[in-house]
Amino acid sequence: MRTNNPTYSTGQLSALVILRMLIGWHLLYEGVAKLWSSGWSAAGYLNDSAGLFAGMFKAMAGSEGLMTVVNFLNVWGLILIGLGLILGLASRWAALGGVVLLVLYYLSHPPLIGVQYALPSEGNYLWVNKNLIEAAALLVVMLFPTEHIVGLARFFGRKSAQPVVTASGSTQPVSQEKAHA
Amino acid sequence: MADNGYNKPEGNSGIPRRDLLKGLAGIPLLGLFGAGAWSKQTYDKKIQEQILKELNIEAAVPPLPDLSGDPVRIGIIGFGIRGKQLMRALGFATPDWKKEMQKAAAQNPNDKRWETFATQDNLNLRVTGVCDVFDVRAEEAIAAGTVDGQDPPKRFRTYEEMLASPDIDAVVIATPDHWHAPMATAAALAGKHVYVEKCMTHKFGETYALRQAVQDSGIIFQVGHQHRQTQSFLTAMDVIKKNVLGHVSLIQTNTNRNDDNGAWQYPIHDQASPQTIDWQQFLGNAPQIPFNAEHFFRWRKWWPYGTGLAGDLLTHDYDRINCLLQMGIPDSVISSGGIYTHRDGREVPDVWQVVMEFPDYTTGTSQEAGKEKGLTFMYSATLGNQYNRGTLLMGHDATMELGNTLFVYPDARSTRYKDMLGNDLVKPDVPLYAYNPSSKGGDGITSATAAYFANKGLLYTYRDGKRVDSTHLHMREWLAAIRQNKPDLVSCGINEGFQEAISALMACASYKLGRRIEWDRETERVKNVTEEELGEVGMA
Repeated sequence: MRTNNPTYSTGQLSALVILRMLIGWHLLYEGVAKLWSSGWSAAGYLNDSAGLFAGMFKAMAGSEGLMTVVNFLNVWGLILIGLGLILGLASRWAALGGVVLLVLYYLSHPPLIGVQYALPSEGNYLWVNKNLIEAAALLVVMLFPTEHIVGLARFFGRKSAQPVVTASGSTQPVSQEKAHA
Repeated sequence: MADNGYNKPEGNSGIPRRDLLKGLAGIPLLGLFGAGAWSKQTYDKKIQEQILKELNIEAAVPPLPDLSGDPVRIGIIGFGIRGKQLMRALGFATPDWKKEMQKAAAQNPNDKRWETFATQDNLNLRVTGVCDVFDVRAEEAIAAGTVDGQDPPKRFRTYEEMLASPDIDAVVIATPDHWHAPMATAAALAGKHVYVEKCMTHKFGETYALRQAVQDSGIIFQVGHQHRQTQSFLTAMDVIKKNVLGHVSLIQTNTNRNDDNGAWQYPIHDQASPQTIDWQQFLGNAPQIPFNAEHFFRWRKWWPYGTGLAGDLLTHDYDRINCLLQMGIPDSVISSGGIYTHRDGREVPDVWQVVMEFPDYTTGTSQEAGKEKGLTFMYSATLGNQYNRGTLLMGHDATMELGNTLFVYPDARSTRYKDMLGNDLVKPDVPLYAYNPSSKGGDGITSATAAYFANKGLLYTYRDGKRVDSTHLHMREWLAAIRQNKPDLVSCGINEGFQEAISALMACASYKLGRRIEWDRETERVKNVTEEELGEVGMA
């Protein structure tokens, strides 16, 4: 995980923050909706897996004990990731967690040629679907952090190098001492 | 965003205002999220509660009956495909089957057959006798029924010998159809309790005789319609009781199969011969013909031993509906079909449609009195296509799709749900009510997701979220009734069996005689067919 922070123009910063918060919103609601849906389980989804890792996902779905853990991690993982991204706290870790979850969803239901799933998709996909795209977008969020500018991390990040947005709109990394000078 | 400014304190102490604003930028968004999520949740819940309150359907969870006391001593008659399944439902499997299932479970963790068997409750019984006219099967039955530390079950050469034995309390009959009634009647006369497979009987005359024998003897009698234990069916009964569907005018049930096994092309055992099979005993009241291994193993294909689609599959569909509606025997039945997919010398049709009329029956109405009355039950079968057609109960107000799961769709022109449809509270293409007993919760309105993931099998049902063999529950109910000596405890007793058998036999007679068969409710006899005519088609 990087400790120094890149510099952004105002436009870049705005775009990154919007991306971070929208994805945060989406994942948070995915978690909350599952939490509020009594009896929800990922078992049905996992049982419907296809592709290279289908065996592994189906084996997970077959174990009641494992599914309790998987469901708990999935629901609370989504909620914490969503909160982290929206609030801007540990958002790089949150983004990483989001990438892992989304890649797992993707691997469970890859849009392969000739593969049909129980739940039909709402669009047309070939190899690339929205899970994969959202995972890639989260990679951007992870590698171009903004929480130290817009987010709670702003209050906790004073020991690391911090970027500043210059009067002309570009940002420069500055050292702690210089910033306080 | 002219500059970030957070490193430049404004004032002497505390966090700079710009720091504060940017640091807490996510909070208002989170507030908006909370308000939105809460309002969506409240809306969804309100709709769900409104619908559930309107419907007032209760998902029944029946208690499991008590089985304490001395073990019931069981005799198994017939250890073919179904006989083996029934023995397993009682808790006894052949060593070969156990090995095979353990291996399958080890290879595929989703294969729950072994787990379901191994975790079945002990039904507190002993298999003390077996009877099969094929030596190989009799030996298999002995192996399955043998428990460490106890005497193995005794092989009886004839069912009469078994019924005469003081070591037998009850018999399970899983023979070809033409033997059901003679054996069950003899068992009742001998005071032995009976669990008999469907179709309960093979001819009209023996149906009355069996009913009389069971009623006179007071034995506990159960017909093998294990669907009655399916939890979703118990809930469906409440759907009917609460008149959720309005007047049901049409019921559609179906069989679609497209493989040799489904068309009764069962394997012929390589040890089958006149030396290993008691051919005369197999024939019984069937026409006397020389030994024929195909007739023995694939008996469902010939009228003298079976009832074709009627006994094998129509009876299940009929009884599934009869347990919900208790509509009884139809006023008339007409059937038609042919041998279109398996022209292999069989006699029974493989594409077959049956229409039963109940002109005086009603499930209730939401419209003015007298406007609606009468019901058609339709059974449509092919053994040449396996496209899944659901079981539908089609009412004026809603349609119920009946399976291991349950879906109720409001009708676009419903009287009862007119206001709810007008307010977009319910929609014709979204289930008004969905029930999935494999889930411990989640009743009420549902998404398409639940529908797609619904378990469609009918071999298993659920109790407290645990998968259970429904045949196991059906036999458990029978055993509990025996222990408590309460004939009413069984869900498919002699009266239900009588209705099932007569309805199925009327359908067969209609096909064979090429005419509509009518039923007289008063005299309990078919009206427009003579004994001679029934005799000519082997059904008197």
